[in-house]
Amino acid sequence: MKNRWIALYVENQVGVLAKVSGLFSAKSYNLQTLTVGTTEREDVSRMTISVTADDATFEQIKKQLNAMVEVIKVIDLTSIPIHMKEILFAKVFGLDGEGKTEAFQIAEVFNQGGNVKIVDIGVDSVLFECTLTEHKNNELIALLKSRFKKIEVTRGGAVAVESISSSYR
Amino acid sequence: MALNITGRKLFVKALKEEGVDTIFAYPGGMITDIVDELYKTEEINVILGRHEQALVHEAEGYARATGKTAVVLVTSGPGATNTITGIADAYYDSIPMVIFTGQVPLHLIGNDAFQEVDIVGMTRSITKYGVTVRDREDMGKIIKMGFQIASTGKPGPVLIDIPKDIQTISGSPEYPEHVDIRGYHPNETVHIGQLKKAYRMLKGAKRPLILAGGGVRIAGASGKLLEFAEKMNVPVTTTVMGKGVMPENHPLFVGNCGMHGRFAANKAVTECDVLFSIGTRFNDRITGELDEFAPKAKIVHVDIASASISRNVSVDVPVTADAGIALQRLVEYAERINTEKWLDQIKKWEDEHPLGMPNTKIGVCPQDICEAINNVFPNANIVTDVGQHQMWASQFIKLNSDQKFITSGGLGTMGFGFPAAIGAAIGDRSKPVVLITGDGGFQMNMQEMATAMSAKVPIVICIFNNSNLGMVRQMQQLFYGKRYEITDLTADDGNYYPDFLKWAESYNCKAIRVLDDNDIINALEAARNNTNGPTVIDFMVSPDDLVLPMVKSGTPLSEMILR
Repeated sequence: MKNRWIALYVENQVGVLAKVSGLFSAKSYNLQTLTVGTTEREDVSRMTISVTADDATFEQIKKQLNAMVEVIKVIDLTSIPIHMKEILFAKVFGLDGEGKTEAFQIAEVFNQGGNVKIVDIGVDSVLFECTLTEHKNNELIALLKSRFKKIEVTRGGAVAVESISSSYR
Repeated sequence: MALNITGRKLFVKALKEEGVDTIFAYPGGMITDIVDELYKTEEINVILGRHEQALVHEAEGYARATGKTAVVLVTSGPGATNTITGIADAYYDSIPMVIFTGQVPLHLIGNDAFQEVDIVGMTRSITKYGVTVRDREDMGKIIKMGFQIASTGKPGPVLIDIPKDIQTISGSPEYPEHVDIRGYHPNETVHIGQLKKAYRMLKGAKRPLILAGGGVRIAGASGKLLEFAEKMNVPVTTTVMGKGVMPENHPLFVGNCGMHGRFAANKAVTECDVLFSIGTRFNDRITGELDEFAPKAKIVHVDIASASISRNVSVDVPVTADAGIALQRLVEYAERINTEKWLDQIKKWEDEHPLGMPNTKIGVCPQDICEAINNVFPNANIVTDVGQHQMWASQFIKLNSDQKFITSGGLGTMGFGFPAAIGAAIGDRSKPVVLITGDGGFQMNMQEMATAMSAKVPIVICIFNNSNLGMVRQMQQLFYGKRYEITDLTADDGNYYPDFLKWAESYNCKAIRVLDDNDIINALEAARNNTNGPTVIDFMVSPDDLVLPMVKSGTPLSEMILR
């Protein structure tokens, strides 16, 4: 069992998201995340899907997706160079002065080029906004959990795109 | 510029341009406009069923008998939900069909309006494509897409949901000749390299076996299959859905394999060294326990749906192709190989355990009925319901090349047989239609007798009446210590309901009861002579008759229960 990534181009129509996600539940595939948004063409949407599956199941998932009339193209991202980011908001509560300082230190350490910021602050709380890889977000959440008593996490799911070198190969 | 027309007019125009001459319909509030338009049309024969589920089975029988795409029209809400079992059946058995459902007007969708359901959502996993027409201007394109998708590639049902207001809004009169669908590319070629590899594997085999499924039939490739098998001198076994793709008296035909397959066929699958399978999805009824399926064989799998390949059985040489296109090529390569020893071995297995039922002590023997049907109706299309009688029919009915065997293979839908027989008879009046059904399944759609009488279809309805739900009873007998819970259809007062003779009489339908083997032929001949409408023959068979051989679910094919 491995974590794998697929990008899908689909018709931007009513019910397509339900059809794609329905495949995963109907066939008991282990869906991790699914994100969707429109592309430069307003009648085409792009999905980024992550699943945990063995080789045979993953092949089957790709074939099943390909067989759908509404699916225009399936791209297996698992073994090609990609850029991937996930948006993460994390509220940290119950902070005294020392806690706040630590939160800012953490943000500073994780930040690279503005991808981790504290964007809001209250009497005893702060709000992190992060655009990291899914893996790096996991690490940050683990750290916040270990350091602070109460946190609230909102994740957007990963969005991935082939790197330019691979899409023009 | 042509003048705009209403949606209801475009609907009828689309059907005509698709060459549809028969549709199966049941009216309701959300399709009254379309129904009114059909009133004004001479060219389309509208068959009024008595239940929407049956309509879909009728359409399935029609599609199977004619090869055409069948059309169903029902209203919204319960009209639509009643079709679901039929749609699932058509999906599993790859039957080309377009189902039109009425829908509440656009502005009411989502309001829990009267007779509103999200039928597209409900049928998403059992249709090839489903869509609600939300814009009158898209209607022509969507209907065209529906017919294209239903009939090409691996065929299947398409559902088109038409809100009531779309039916009356005026818009473009155009019905396109073709629609490009960017996400839909049915396979129309074959990878020659893979096919040659598959062929070489078969050619090098010592104990080769061809396994042919329903895909060969759908592709219309039975002639090519026969030619290929004969040229190479390789034996052929079929699935239940593939029954009839090989002439059944042919020396290379081994019989059906699978759960109730022939001993020799299941032995051949188990012992072969190359299994050349074509047009089958390796359903669990065919494979038995997967780990021990064809354990000694390299497996070739030719299928039109790449998603069917290496799903159930891992395959050595996958070939994604239509069976007809693949066989066309294979016939060109085919050279005779030496299989005499292997064919002798299969013959020995056949002699060891030929198919045959023991003489029954009570009632009429199902095998005798099937053999009498073979004699009295040598060119009939055979339709079955689901259960013991279906398996007996798959074992003992002998098909000639122009006969069809119409059965619910994938979904196993009780209640399929009678309406499917009506649809088959309406579609092809040149052949008799013999329905083989059980008393349980028949009762699931027996309201269709009114449809049959109205359409004057001379179906021969052979009820194998053992007053039990025999297939489950058989499992109870063999695996559950004869604890016959809820399988006996005899009422608490000791009577069996209904009396099929009196019931048939109330429809003015000819009916005969057969209690003795000697009366089988006479009854069938009387039915054959009754060409004005259906005939019911109530064959009294014993509830203790078993379908054998049997491979218990989840055990290997080699472990057959033989007696």
